[in-house]
Amino acid sequence: MKQRGLAVYAFCALAFLHLPLLILVAFSFNANRFTVWEGFSLRWYQAALSDPQLAAGLLNSLIIAGIAGVLSTIIGTLAAYGMWRRAAPVLSGTLYLSLVTPEIVTGVSLLALFQGVFRFLHLHLGLWTVIIAHVAFSIAYVTLVLSARLRGYDRSLEEAALDLGASPWHAFTRVTLPVLAPAIAAAGLLALVVSFDDYVITSLVAGVDSETLPMVIYAMARRGVSPVVNAVSALIVVGFSVIILISQRLQNQ
Amino acid sequence: MELVLELRGLVKEFPGQRAVDGVSLSLARGGFYSLLGPSGCGKTTTLRMIGGFENPDAGEVVLAGNVVNGLKPYQRDVSTVFQSYALFPHLTALRNVEFGLRERGLKDCTARAMRALEMVRLADKRDRRPSELSGGEKQRVALARSLVLEPKLLLLDEPLAALDPKLRREMRAELKAMQRKTGITFLLVTHDQEEALSLSDYVAVMNKGRIEQFGTPEEVYLRPATKFVAGFLGTMNWFGKTGVRPESTRLSRTGEGLAAKVESSLFLGNCINVNVVLEDGSRVVAAMGLEHNNFHEGEAVWLHWLPSDELHFQ
Repeated sequence: MKQRGLAVYAFCALAFLHLPLLILVAFSFNANRFTVWEGFSLRWYQAALSDPQLAAGLLNSLIIAGIAGVLSTIIGTLAAYGMWRRAAPVLSGTLYLSLVTPEIVTGVSLLALFQGVFRFLHLHLGLWTVIIAHVAFSIAYVTLVLSARLRGYDRSLEEAALDLGASPWHAFTRVTLPVLAPAIAAAGLLALVVSFDDYVITSLVAGVDSETLPMVIYAMARRGVSPVVNAVSALIVVGFSVIILISQRLQNQ
Repeated sequence: MELVLELRGLVKEFPGQRAVDGVSLSLARGGFYSLLGPSGCGKTTTLRMIGGFENPDAGEVVLAGNVVNGLKPYQRDVSTVFQSYALFPHLTALRNVEFGLRERGLKDCTARAMRALEMVRLADKRDRRPSELSGGEKQRVALARSLVLEPKLLLLDEPLAALDPKLRREMRAELKAMQRKTGITFLLVTHDQEEALSLSDYVAVMNKGRIEQFGTPEEVYLRPATKFVAGFLGTMNWFGKTGVRPESTRLSRTGEGLAAKVESSLFLGNCINVNVVLEDGSRVVAAMGLEHNNFHEGEAVWLHWLPSDELHFQ
């Protein structure tokens, strides 16, 4: 009896979380433009895949997420390693601060910074300002994942490497990095997702030529509910699910 | 006598405590030595200073005639077998053993690593990862990984602590055989007195950052220099400042000696431990042959021992 109650509760909680997504996916296959079921159709997917604006946004998003993901993974990994080597409570505190800072505040402050610097250097907002912003907020996620992994990392592994004749650099590259590799990959995928996903900060620091996919979707949604948005969203959900599943598996290795 | 290692007045302080407080020690080549003491006595810190993982605050570490203070672990010709084994989880057994050879840029790494694995009878497990090896096998890979480098001195930090008792006894014999076979000087850190006594040519008993006694196992057990050594190695019955080992303590029903009452009689397989209570309430244990399995709880007995078995301390 108790078991069944728990199962019902779990089902309701999951439904609350994921029912909207299921409805979205269902209507993305609806032949009708409105929320009345007419029949199965792939026309919105065809429309989405042939939309030049969406394609441009997707390309921008992939470039940004790719570059920002790699950069923040490198910086975040080194930061986590450094903080592990010597306990740095203040430094790790500031990382948590960057996680809880409202995005709008981060976005506005970055915009202020860019504008202040640009006045001297005669530069403009563009793809690369978005990349810098994304690196800035993704580092915290990477560091968090790797710090958790390093907490269980046996310090004597590096000592053993040094003991066997490895230089500190070799101890890091030949022992610590390979052991951490799955966690680094997981953190990198997380950074990729976080970057791809961001709207608020991106919309503030993006230039006119650097609209990302979320910005394009947002603009489309504001012009009126289009089933094309449903189709694109469904594709994103599926893509992200795969990435998160891979990331989870890697973290558990 | 060729000295492999000499420690001169080694001191190491950590915030709030002096972990090592003036340790001096000389190890001759080819011997099996132990640092024995309770946890927190400074034995592991001493080992870490020899390995190069801690810098002494005072004193010198002299390896084969050269002061090595300030040299990094990878610049010292010593190797350590860690308590956790510290095998690299992403490498196979063979690659683990090869690691040090490759780092030193030596030739025939694979062949030499294979020979080391054969020596510890793990040639057939060469392609296993550490997670696929048993505790004893991990221990042997760790040993092979260090021995293959033929260091001047092998440091072993509680190497058997993580094994179950039966395996521990087997590995003990194997450690000793390995030391004799390779002729490499071993320095073992342990809190297990049985381990130290059975393995070592010489034992240094440590307490509170100092060496209380350095001698052969017979010397430290039979002629302990201090009350601490006497109490730490084996069991000791105390009669004021006089100590008598349980195996030298006899019980009789004759009415001569110290009057006591039997509290319990424990059958241990190879001997009988009879626990008795003296009139002043202190407890004493007598280890007796199996033929004495006839003392009953509450029975009145008398304690006696030979004067030559008495140990006196200040």
